Amino acid sequence: MGRRILLTGLDTFWGGRVAAALEREPEVEMLLGMGTRTPSVPLERTEYVRADNSYSLLARIVRATQVDTIVHTFLVVDSSSMSGRALHEINVIGTMNLLAAAGAASSSVRQVVVKSSSLVYGAHPSDPAWFTEDTPRSRPPRSRLERSLTEVESYVRDFADENPDVTVTLLRFANVLGKQITTPISRNLARGVMPCIAGFDPLIQFVAEEDVVRCIETVVLETIGGTYNVAGDGKIPVSEVAKIAGVWRLPISPVFTRQAAVPLIRLGVLDLPGELESLLRYGRGIDTTRLKMAGFEFSTSSAGAVERYAEAMRLGRAIGNQIPAYQYDPDVEAFFKHSPAVVRQSDG
Amino acid sequence: MTLYDPTSMAREPARIVGGPDSEEGVARMLRFPGLEPQPEDPLADPARRTDVDEWGRSEQWRRAARKLGGFYYRTWFRVEWEDLANIPTSGGALLVANHAGALPSDAPMIMQGIEEELRRPVYGLADYFFRTVPAIGTGWSRTGGVPAHPDNAHRILHDHQQLALVFPEGTKGPSKLASERYQLRRFGRGGFVETAMRAGVPVVPIAVVGAEESMPILFRLPTVAKMLKVPYLPVTANHLLLGPLFGSVIYLPAKFRFRVLEPVHFDVPPGLSKYPRGRILDESEAIRLQLQAALHDMLSHRRSIWFG
Repeated sequence: MGRRILLTGLDTFWGGRVAAALEREPEVEMLLGMGTRTPSVPLERTEYVRADNSYSLLARIVRATQVDTIVHTFLVVDSSSMSGRALHEINVIGTMNLLAAAGAASSSVRQVVVKSSSLVYGAHPSDPAWFTEDTPRSRPPRSRLERSLTEVESYVRDFADENPDVTVTLLRFANVLGKQITTPISRNLARGVMPCIAGFDPLIQFVAEEDVVRCIETVVLETIGGTYNVAGDGKIPVSEVAKIAGVWRLPISPVFTRQAAVPLIRLGVLDLPGELESLLRYGRGIDTTRLKMAGFEFSTSSAGAVERYAEAMRLGRAIGNQIPAYQYDPDVEAFFKHSPAVVRQSDG
Repeated sequence: MTLYDPTSMAREPARIVGGPDSEEGVARMLRFPGLEPQPEDPLADPARRTDVDEWGRSEQWRRAARKLGGFYYRTWFRVEWEDLANIPTSGGALLVANHAGALPSDAPMIMQGIEEELRRPVYGLADYFFRTVPAIGTGWSRTGGVPAHPDNAHRILHDHQQLALVFPEGTKGPSKLASERYQLRRFGRGGFVETAMRAGVPVVPIAVVGAEESMPILFRLPTVAKMLKVPYLPVTANHLLLGPLFGSVIYLPAKFRFRVLEPVHFDVPPGLSKYPRGRILDESEAIRLQLQAALHDMLSHRRSIWFG
């Protein structure tokens, strides 16, 4: 029997791209995507259900679909996109409900994959240059986003302890860069600036969006369990990011940074959520030895991810955005997926 | 990529006792004729686009720092080494030294000396406080400074087999008053011994004479230091002589003498998560006493603070 997969956050970059990759695999028998909005990428056979994070509905979906794998990509890692309360609802409450549904008695779930972030390590001057998966963070989290991710991870650990027969995979991603994903850093680069804290030039890491998708796909298809850091090889100084991307560096005062940045953020000159500010001050390095030992190969390094993004940006500037934006239409989707008029090759 | 640019470095090394003039020293100089990168060199990493390595160190910055440091090394402090051959020419080693001078001049001089004489990069481990200071923190990192975290030290010593320099006294060393000069403080909790044990590398103690007199502290201002959130705020003899501005950055031209002691090897298996606390403290105290004895010996032979 093939894999039956439930995927959260189908409407986000992560979920959409992962679904598109997974539905191409013949061993995936059924793929069900959940999201609060309609999917933004064209999907062949992924089923879409609009659902929020309430437990009762989740438990019903898991029971009704008899999924064996849950891929939880619906975690917010950008605090500028929503209020702290909404973020808490999505990250903490959403994960809690999802894991409760997965751990219910006589559950069919055999693997849970959770997409976390290297933000759980924080960024503090007393940090080591490299975090391994077992290195604790130097200081307790202070921002709402980092606190919520830490709580999410503790729920995941509890779940793994209570369900030893379920393979639990926790992936901690460094900053993702790619033409299809929007992050605070890519928003800045697209505006032609790279904010930096004056007097600081820390080393940071990136992972290319292609590697992100391939990594999630790999751990699902090969049922790899455990906690893994995911980042491109090497580290790159912030000044070098600006140089490769060909954008201006915008130095912000090292004291009263927030006060100095807020007017610029309001004017739309730059984007600087709190977690990015501490990253631009102290940097962060996560060690990916464990993931590479598990057999995963990155397609590019940290600097390579920036270069790739810069190339896509230059191309975009030259020819414009030529790919027509995909519009989800329930009737059209239902027709292609379920109408007897459509000849389906791999049906049944 | 070559590690060092041979043209940028004046090839007139300071006078060295047991250095390149000795048989061993000459043999070592011959072994590094073209300043080729060493095989265990972390710079040979294909993932890098810049010359900044994973610790934030840049050879370009180091070269610039060595140009400035060369003046201090040869002309100002007239550094002399004793038994330089005790520093291994390959493989990791943890260098430990006594720490002194309000704004410590010993760390850059030891790094300069080993890079010039042995052509080996040295990573200076120091309190992470540096990292929080704008511009200075970045400059410190680019010129080979690394926050003193056990994980960082392990990676440098064990994984990269490089030299790391630590001052086990921590800030207690450079913050001591001129009246307490050359009296070694407690060596922390012996963390450096545990780090060396785990990495399976020797500890090489270096006794430093001269740094104490290059910027002697007359008294400290603890209340102001607390307000400014700095580890200590000294008032030095340099301040009295040269004023608050120049006195903070100009050293007195004391004669520097470095004596490298025999490497201390620990007869323990590397890579353990824990080592007996008693053993660590014993070894740490033994190294401290060795350094203290060497300092007393060097001081008893010193005729002049300024001329050695």
